[in-house]
Amino acid sequence: MPKPQMGPGMGRGPMGKGPGGKGEMPKARKGTMGRVLRLLMEDYKGPFLLAMLFMTLYSLGNITPTIFIKNITDVIERFLSGRSWSDARPEIMNILILMIVVFVLTIAFNYAFARLMAVITQGFLDKMRKRMFNAMQQLPIKYFDAHGHGDIMSHYTNDIDTLRQLVSQSLPRLFQSGIMLVGMLGIMLYYSVNLMVVVLVGVFGMTFAVKHIGGKSASNFIRQQKAIGEVESFVEEIMNGQKVVKVFCHEEASQRDFDKVNGQLCEAATKATRFANILGPVMGNIGNMLYVLIAIAGSAFIALGAANYSLSGLIHGNFGALLELSVVISFLHIAKQFTGQVNGIAQQFNSIVMALAGADRIFRLMDEAPEADEGYVTLVNAEELPDGSLREADHRTGVWAWRHPHKADGTVTFERLRGDVRLFDVDFSYVEGKKVLEDVTLWAEPGQKIAFVGATGAGKTTITNLINRFYDLEDGKIRYDGINITKIKKPDLRRSLGVVLQDVNLFTGTVMDNIRYGKLDATDEECIQAAKLANAHDFITRLPQGYDTMLTSNGANLSQGQRQLISIARAAVADPPVMILDEATSSIDTRTEALVQQGMDALMKGRTVFVIAHRLSTVRNADAIMVLDHGKIIERGSHADLIEQKGTYYKLYTGAFELE
Amino acid sequence: MIKKLMGCIRENRKHTILTPLFMLGEVGLECTLPMITADLINSIERNAAMTDILRYGAILVLMAMCSMSCGILSGWFAASASAGFAKNLRHDLFAKVQSFSFSNIDKFSTASLVTRLTTDVTNVQNAFMMIIRIAVRSPLMLIFAVIMSIRMGGPIALVFLLVIPILGFGLLFIAKKAMPLFKAVFKKYDRLNNSVQENVKGMRVVKSFVREDYEKQKFATASEDVRNDFTTVEKLLAINNPLMLLAIYICMILIPLFSAKVIISSGGSSMQVGDLASLITYAMQILMSLMMLSMIFVMITISGEAARRIVEVLDTDSTLTNPAQPITEVADGSVDFENVSFKYNPDAEAYALADVNLHIPSGATVGILGGTGSSKTTLIQLISRLYDVSEGCVKVGGVDVRNYDMEALRNQVAVVLQKNVLFSGTVAENLRWGNPNASDEELVRVCKLAQADSFITAHPEGYQRFIEQGGANVSGGQKQRLCIARALLKKPKILILDDSTSAVDTQTDALIRKAFREELPDVTKLIIAQRVASVQDADLILVMDNGRVVAQGTHEELLASNEIYREVYTSQTKGGEDDA
Repeated sequence: MPKPQMGPGMGRGPMGKGPGGKGEMPKARKGTMGRVLRLLMEDYKGPFLLAMLFMTLYSLGNITPTIFIKNITDVIERFLSGRSWSDARPEIMNILILMIVVFVLTIAFNYAFARLMAVITQGFLDKMRKRMFNAMQQLPIKYFDAHGHGDIMSHYTNDIDTLRQLVSQSLPRLFQSGIMLVGMLGIMLYYSVNLMVVVLVGVFGMTFAVKHIGGKSASNFIRQQKAIGEVESFVEEIMNGQKVVKVFCHEEASQRDFDKVNGQLCEAATKATRFANILGPVMGNIGNMLYVLIAIAGSAFIALGAANYSLSGLIHGNFGALLELSVVISFLHIAKQFTGQVNGIAQQFNSIVMALAGADRIFRLMDEAPEADEGYVTLVNAEELPDGSLREADHRTGVWAWRHPHKADGTVTFERLRGDVRLFDVDFSYVEGKKVLEDVTLWAEPGQKIAFVGATGAGKTTITNLINRFYDLEDGKIRYDGINITKIKKPDLRRSLGVVLQDVNLFTGTVMDNIRYGKLDATDEECIQAAKLANAHDFITRLPQGYDTMLTSNGANLSQGQRQLISIARAAVADPPVMILDEATSSIDTRTEALVQQGMDALMKGRTVFVIAHRLSTVRNADAIMVLDHGKIIERGSHADLIEQKGTYYKLYTGAFELE
Repeated sequence: MIKKLMGCIRENRKHTILTPLFMLGEVGLECTLPMITADLINSIERNAAMTDILRYGAILVLMAMCSMSCGILSGWFAASASAGFAKNLRHDLFAKVQSFSFSNIDKFSTASLVTRLTTDVTNVQNAFMMIIRIAVRSPLMLIFAVIMSIRMGGPIALVFLLVIPILGFGLLFIAKKAMPLFKAVFKKYDRLNNSVQENVKGMRVVKSFVREDYEKQKFATASEDVRNDFTTVEKLLAINNPLMLLAIYICMILIPLFSAKVIISSGGSSMQVGDLASLITYAMQILMSLMMLSMIFVMITISGEAARRIVEVLDTDSTLTNPAQPITEVADGSVDFENVSFKYNPDAEAYALADVNLHIPSGATVGILGGTGSSKTTLIQLISRLYDVSEGCVKVGGVDVRNYDMEALRNQVAVVLQKNVLFSGTVAENLRWGNPNASDEELVRVCKLAQADSFITAHPEGYQRFIEQGGANVSGGQKQRLCIARALLKKPKILILDDSTSAVDTQTDALIRKAFREELPDVTKLIIAQRVASVQDADLILVMDNGRVVAQGTHEELLASNEIYREVYTSQTKGGEDDA
C-alpha cells in the first residue's frame, strides 16, 4: 500500500541527477546495513535500544487481543448452553479488565516508541548530514572536478531521504515484524504443531511470491529512475535553449524528441508500479487461502480425531490429545496476523533495496580520501627584535612569518612572509599521460606582477591551482619565500594567497557577510574600507539596504560586474601578500568594466600578483608576461620586449589570435 | 484545476475507470470473505460434516482467487492509467512551453520548469493513483464493512458510531495541524540544501579562504535547526498510531462484551460465536479505511501544491498569436520602426524602448552600439516578433510583423542570440536546426562563410563530431561561429547578430564580415557589437543609450558628431594604437 511520505525530501531533490538517475544504481556493497546500524548505535545506543524495547513490549501487547478473544470465546462456549449472562458476566468482566490494563500499557509503549523514534531519526539524519558535509569539506578539489554538482547534491537530498525511510520505517518495521513472527511462532508451537506446519507451508508460498514479484519490482524501479534521469536532462537542455528553439521554429521537432523519452519513461513507470501494485493483493489473498487451508485442516484433524502435538500438551501432560475447536479458531486469527506481518516485510522490500543503495553512496562519499596535508610550516604573527630577527607573537602584529621547525636538529626558524614565489621545472597532468604543464619555470619577487597569457587550455589556470595546492605537482618544485610549498600546511599557505576567480561565487547572506568572508574577524569599518579599495562602495551604498542587502542564489540580484566588485572586496579584506587574479572574459559594459579594472589595480598594488590576463592594460602593466601554449611557456618578458620580438604575443596583442 | 488535470487522462480513460471497478470487486469480495469465514467457523463449531466444511472452503478459495484477480487487474490498470496520465501531463506541459513566447519564457526560470516537468508531475501521478485506488477502496471498504457489521451484529455495530468520530476527527486534527508545520520545515530544508549547493559550487572559494571549519559550523547550525523543526512535527505525528490503537482497542473490548451478552443470553440463536470473530475483523477494516483516508488527505494536500504549479504553466497562454489571415511571404529584407515604444511588463512605468523611428533598406549592414541596459537586444527582438511592440509598429518587407505567420517571419529573420546554445548532438545535427533538409555541401558552404569550416574539419570526426550539452567541448569563439553558421543555413532575408562574435578574434571577425559583404549582399544584416571595429564599416551605425537611439550615421559621421561613440572608440583603440 503506498503510503504518503511524511518527512524530508518528499519527492524533492534533483531527481535523476544522482548516480541513480544515470541508471547506474550499483548494488550496495556488503556490510552497508551493518555500517548503518553501527553508526546508529554509536549515536543513539541508549535511546534506540529503549525504543526497540518499547516496540517489543508494544508488539507483545499487540498479540494479546488474539489470546483474549480466545479466552472470551472459551467462556462463551462454556456458558452457551446455560443461556445465563449473569453467570458468565464476572468471568468475562475479569478478562475485560485485564484487557484494559494491557491495552493502556500497549498504547503508552507505542506512543513512547513513536516519540523516541522521531528524535532518533531526525537526530541521526542530522548527524549523517554533518558527517557527510564535514567529510566533503576535507576533500580535494579533484573530487569536485570529477563529480557533478547535481550528483553531490543528490547525496543530501535523495540519499539522505532513503536513509530516513530506512531508519524511521523499515528498520522498526523489520524489527517489529520479526518479534511478532517469533512471538506468534511461539504461540502456535504452544497450541498445535500440526497447524503450525500448515501455516508455514502458506508462508513458504508467500516468500516465493515476494521473491518473484518483489525482485521484478525493484529492478523496474531502477529502470524507472534511469528513465526519469533521461527525461530530466532532456528537459533541462531544451528549456535552457528554449529561446533558440523559438527563433529556429524548432518546437515540433523538440516535441517529437521529448515524446520519445517521455514514452520510455511511461513504459518503465508502468512496469515498476504494476509489480509494486500487485504484490499487495497477491500476498493478501495467499493469506486468505491459508485461512481456508487451516480451517479445513483443523476440521479434518478434529473430524478424523487426529492427535495434536503441542507444547501445552507437553506441559499439561496430554501431549498428542485431540485438537480442540477453540485452538483452530485462534489459529485462524494467528494465521491472519502472521501473513499480515510477512506482507508488511514484503512491502519494505523496495525501500530497503533503495535505502541500502543510498546509504552506500553516502558512505562512498564519506570514505573518499581527504585532502592530504603533510605540511608542518605554519604562518604565525611575528614581531621583530632589535637585532632584526623575528620571534613569534601571540597577538596580531601586522608582521607575518613562516614558523619552520627543522626536524633534523629540532630548532625552529622564522622566515618573514614576503611573497616571493618561484616555480622550478614544474610538470603537471590532470589525467596521467596527458601533460598540461611542462617544464614551467618562473619567479615572482615580492611586489611583482606576473601576467599569464594564452589560449583556453594553455595551462594558465592550472599554474595558479598549483601555487595554492589545489593539485599536487607531478614533477618540479614550487618555493614560497624559499620554502618548498609541500612543507607548508595547506591552510596557512592558502591564507597567504588571495584569490579572485573568474566565476564569482557569493554566498547567501548580506553584502557585508560576503565581504567579511575574506577575514572573519574584520570589523565593519575594515569591510567598508576594503569595498572602497575595490571600487564597490558606491554601488553597495546605492543598494536598497546598503551593506545589509541580502544576497541570494549567488547574488542573482546583482549584475555580473557588481558581483566581481564584491569578490574583489572580499579578497581585499583578507589582505594577503600574494594575489591570484583571474580576470573575467565575459563582456560587461565599458563603464562597469572600468570600475572593475580600477578595483583590480588597487588590489594589486604592493603585492605579488599572478594574473590570468584578458585585458591589454593589465598585461601592459605587468613586470613579466608569460605566454603559454599547450602547457609550455613559449615567450616571456616585458610588454615592450615581447612586442619587439613580433612573436605570438605580438599577434595576440594585435588581435590576430583568439585569446579565449 | 482538477478539470484541467483530468483533461490529461485521455486514452487512459478506460484504465482509469477499470481500476476502481476491479477495486470494487476486490473490496466486495474482501468484505464478504469474513462472512463466509464466519459460516465456516460456525459449521466447524456445529461439528458439521466434512463435506460442508469443504464446500465453504471451496467457496472461500474461489473468492480469494477472484479477489486476487481483481486486485491484480486493478493494480495493473492503475499502473498504466497513472503512468499514462503522467505521460500526457508531461506532454502537455512540454507542448505548452514550446508554444511560449519570449515573455512567457522570461517569466518561468529553467529550473522551475524542469521541476514542474519531473518532480511535480511525479507527485501528482502518485496522488492520481492514490485517488483511483485507495480513495475508492477506503470509502468502499468503510461502507461495506459498516453494512456487514450491522447485518451481523445488529445494535453492536453502534460501537462504531462511538469510535469513528474519535478517530476521524483526531486524525484530521493532527493532519491539519501538521500541514503548515510541514510546509514551513520543507522550506527550511530546501534552504539547507541550497546552501550545500552554494558550498559545492564555491568550493574553490571556500578552500582558497580556508573557510572549511567556518562552513562546517554554518552547516551544523542550519542542519540542527532543520532537525529540531522536523522532530517537532514528527512528535506531533507520533500521536497518530496510539490514537488508532485506542480506537481498535475500544472495539476489541466493547464488541466481545456486547457479543458475549447477546450470544449467551440467546443461546447462540441470534448470534453465533463465529460472528464475533467476523465482527472484529470488520472493525479492523473500518478503522484501517479511516486511517487510509486520513493519509490520502495529507497526500492530496501535499501534492496540491505540485498540481497548482503544473496548472500554472498549463493555464499560461502564449502572449503572441498568429493573425487570422497570416501572410506567409516576406517581400524583402527592409526593416522599419515607426514610433516604436516597448516595455516588457505592461504595468511597468518606464519604457525599455522609446520612440524609435528607423528605416533600414533591404541588403544594408547596420551596426548597433551601446552600453548594457541600453536596449540593443530589445530593439532587434522586435523585428522577428519575439515580443510585440507596446506602441507603434515594426515592419519587415513593408508589412507589419504582426500580420505575418510567425514561423514564416522567423524563417526569414534569422537571429543569432546573445545567450546562444548548442545542443547535444553532432555538429551537422546542430547546424541542421537551421534547415533540416540541408545537404552536406550546403553545411560546408555556410560554415565557410562563418569561418567555422576550418576548425570543424581540423577535428578528425569533422561534421560528425559530437557536441556536448551546451557546447561544452568547443571554445567560446567556435561556439559563436557554429551558431552563426546555423542561422545562415536558414537562408534568411534578414540576419541579426546579437553580440555574436564577442569571443571571436578580430581577424576572424573581420573575415566573417567580409564574407557577409561578398556572399550575402542582399541580406539585411544587423550587428550588435561591443567592439567598434566590428561595426565601423557598416552602412549605418545606431548608437543606443537608455532605450533610445541617440545617434545614427556612418562611422565618420558619428566620430565627428557623437560624444558616446567617440568615447567608446577611443577607449577601445587607445591601447592598440599607442604601441602598434
